[in-house]
Amino acid sequence: MTDMLVDVSRLQFAFTALIHFIFVPLTLGLSFLLVIMETVYVITGKEIYKQMTQFWGKLFGINFAMGVATGLTMEFQFGTNWAYYSHYVGDIFGAPLAIEGMMAFFLESTFVGLFFVGWKRLTKYQHLLVTFLVAIGSNFSALWILIANGWMQNPVGAHFNPETMRMEMESFTAMLFNPVAQAKFVHTVSAGYTVGSVFVLAISAWYLLRGRHVEFAKRSFAVAAGFGLAAISSAIVLGDESGYTVGDVQKAKLAAIEAEWETARPPASFTLFGIPNQEKMETEHAIRIPWLLGLIATRSVDEPVDGLKDIIARNEARIRRGMHAVAALAELRKHPHDETARAEFARYQADLGYGLLLKAYAPNIVDATPAQIHQAALHSVPHVAPLFFTFRIMVACGFALLLLFLAAGWGVWRNNFMDKRWLLWAAILALPLPWIAAELGWFVAEYGRQPWTISGILPTSLSASSLSAGQVTASLVAFVLFYAGLTAVEMYLMVKYARKGPDALRAH
Amino acid sequence: MLDYDTLRLIWWALLGVLLAGFGVTGGFDLGVGAMLRVLGRTDAERKVLVNVVAPTWDGNQVWLILGAGAVFAAMPLAYATAFSALYPAMLAALFALFFRPTGFEYRAKVNDARWRNFWDWALVAGGALPAIVFGVAFGLILGGIPYHFDADMRVVMDGGVLDAVTPFALFAGVVSLVMLCMHGAAFVNLKTVGELQVRALTWMRRLAVALIVLLALGGLWVAKGLDGYVLHGPLAANQAVTPLMQHVTREAGAWMHNFAAHPWMWAAPAAAMAGAALAAWLAWYPLAALFFSGVSVAGVIATAGFAAFPFLLPSSTRPDHSLTLWSAAASQHTLEWMTAAAVVFVPIILAYTSWVFRVLRGPVHESDVNKNEYGTY
Repeated sequence: MTDMLVDVSRLQFAFTALIHFIFVPLTLGLSFLLVIMETVYVITGKEIYKQMTQFWGKLFGINFAMGVATGLTMEFQFGTNWAYYSHYVGDIFGAPLAIEGMMAFFLESTFVGLFFVGWKRLTKYQHLLVTFLVAIGSNFSALWILIANGWMQNPVGAHFNPETMRMEMESFTAMLFNPVAQAKFVHTVSAGYTVGSVFVLAISAWYLLRGRHVEFAKRSFAVAAGFGLAAISSAIVLGDESGYTVGDVQKAKLAAIEAEWETARPPASFTLFGIPNQEKMETEHAIRIPWLLGLIATRSVDEPVDGLKDIIARNEARIRRGMHAVAALAELRKHPHDETARAEFARYQADLGYGLLLKAYAPNIVDATPAQIHQAALHSVPHVAPLFFTFRIMVACGFALLLLFLAAGWGVWRNNFMDKRWLLWAAILALPLPWIAAELGWFVAEYGRQPWTISGILPTSLSASSLSAGQVTASLVAFVLFYAGLTAVEMYLMVKYARKGPDALRAH
Repeated sequence: MLDYDTLRLIWWALLGVLLAGFGVTGGFDLGVGAMLRVLGRTDAERKVLVNVVAPTWDGNQVWLILGAGAVFAAMPLAYATAFSALYPAMLAALFALFFRPTGFEYRAKVNDARWRNFWDWALVAGGALPAIVFGVAFGLILGGIPYHFDADMRVVMDGGVLDAVTPFALFAGVVSLVMLCMHGAAFVNLKTVGELQVRALTWMRRLAVALIVLLALGGLWVAKGLDGYVLHGPLAANQAVTPLMQHVTREAGAWMHNFAAHPWMWAAPAAAMAGAALAAWLAWYPLAALFFSGVSVAGVIATAGFAAFPFLLPSSTRPDHSLTLWSAAASQHTLEWMTAAAVVFVPIILAYTSWVFRVLRGPVHESDVNKNEYGTY
């Protein structure tokens, strides 16, 4: 398995996943905004709320199609490009994906067509139910995906089976109630609701600035402001950093995000800005705020936040123990009834994954030199600088959006937002922010887990399929071309129909 | 509690059900897409065809997505091996499938003939190409593909996938395309009126006859001209099995062994043939014709499954390493939870899917879609 192959496979996964997540959060957020608008329509009987549901629904549909198209790639890609991963952890990781299909995909996909064509065939209440089921379906989908992803971050409820040479599920409920998964789910769907709210807010603000569709835009703005304020508050307060104290690899991620090289005496200070230097293991030009990190990360003043140097030293010891696990496993696979090998493996198997980290540095793990072991340990934590900066940009976007929604909410409360041109302009200019935050959020979560695909269990360097780097490069080029073309079409239609406004309620 | 062997058997059958679910529902969508330029001679007719499929295709495709997810969860080694070993074919199908959500949703969103023409052809590709690739995949399953596992259970290809594309696999691709086009025409026969409906009916009859001929040829080919695989037992009951523990040989005509040992399995090929024949015969009773066309599709899928049982994906270069439902399966604990989930959710899915189809029953008229009301594609 060449480095080139692994790198190209990672690039392809990152590209296809990040493009997919342009469309997904808008689906998550807009679907609930549609439910809110249609509920108001059903309760009050005011025709304008039906128009709002239909118009925003039209934009929802343009976006939804791309979510479906790019989502299929994700379902295929674990098998096509990450075959060893799929074998090694499929026994656990596959289950939430399959249940997502049964519980979520079917729901949203079956009812989404009826949302568009069902207005005349269904009663008001039936149609509202259909809209609600689409929203619930897409949110259930997020739930199961984040249970799967949460398990990659914090693999609970599973053990290694030397006979089948894979991880196997021990407790389905442990996977289900994984604290990391819970934190991630709430944070991610809140981010999606924020994306949907900013989308509606910005386009409504544009109508108001132009003096077009004023009644329609005012109501849409108000709904988005209220929902958005709740959403961004939830995304910030329930930020999933709270999940970063669970498990060693999550701790390394947290230390990298915060550029914590040394384990500081609690409560740790928060580095607001600085230039992390990976080689020297220090942060230059740092501006620190006392206490803040300890409070955010551990929700306490007396728990320490582990520093990277300590984590690396700990990992080096685990890699050494892991070498014993690899040796014992090889022995056990040759002689399945050898009780000494079995006992030896039982003793060291918790560190098997750390032993496997050596594969990228030593062709034969058990013969690794101390220099190679040290090398593997140094690379057992992620690069600090990319995480340090992306995390701060994400948080800055989040707080900017909080200010926007506070101002918008205040304007709605006072009923004078239509006259505040600065607010309307701010809403328009904020349009890219929630997407930037969401994409960076995934970057932090996934890049921060490196060098693992499954934290502490399976290194990324071993996870890819046995393909040639050329094959994957070719497919990556094809993905870029297809996605660029289709995304351009999607954007074109989105702008076209947003400009038309509620006049767009016919097919073309 | 069910024992491990029973669970593995249940999931082999359930994967077949999911595949048949996709063939029977998603299958007519693919067929209509592939036949879009054949059945729809004018832009207006094609608009009707798109509106026949667009409201429900998305739910139907979930049978495919769920199928892939279920293979991942229940037979992880088969998911890993099949998807990576067939890399170029899987990606070709995937890229073609991109054109479906976008084609249905975007075709009518710009009032321009060239725009619609482009999406028409995109939908043709999005229907025909996956239909062919899925057929080829079935052909490859029956023929075996060149791979083995190393000591770490990593799948290694012995040669490129193109070496594995045999005449039989290509033949299977043609069978699949003809079968799904027949099924698509049967759906159009039910959901349209006038000239379009008569054209669909005619095509359905032609394709049904073609399918019967092709199936007969394919049956002969499998019986006389294709090597099958035999798993030599006995495997220990209810134990985990890996491909490294099996003994498998390649034998001429081995795919007929199951039918000889279990004559009831002949029901599957009989249903495939009789379904197509009855669809053609009852063409003027569109609902019955669609039903029997679906029976034929399910029959073809079941025939392939029965012939290959217990194999999921034989290895042509190292037969011992072939994937069977015993050696590719997930652990017992996973299968137990997956079974529970399927028992709860599949009936619910069937219930609301049939409700949606009932709400949308009745033909799509050209005069209706020309009004371009909200919800017209």
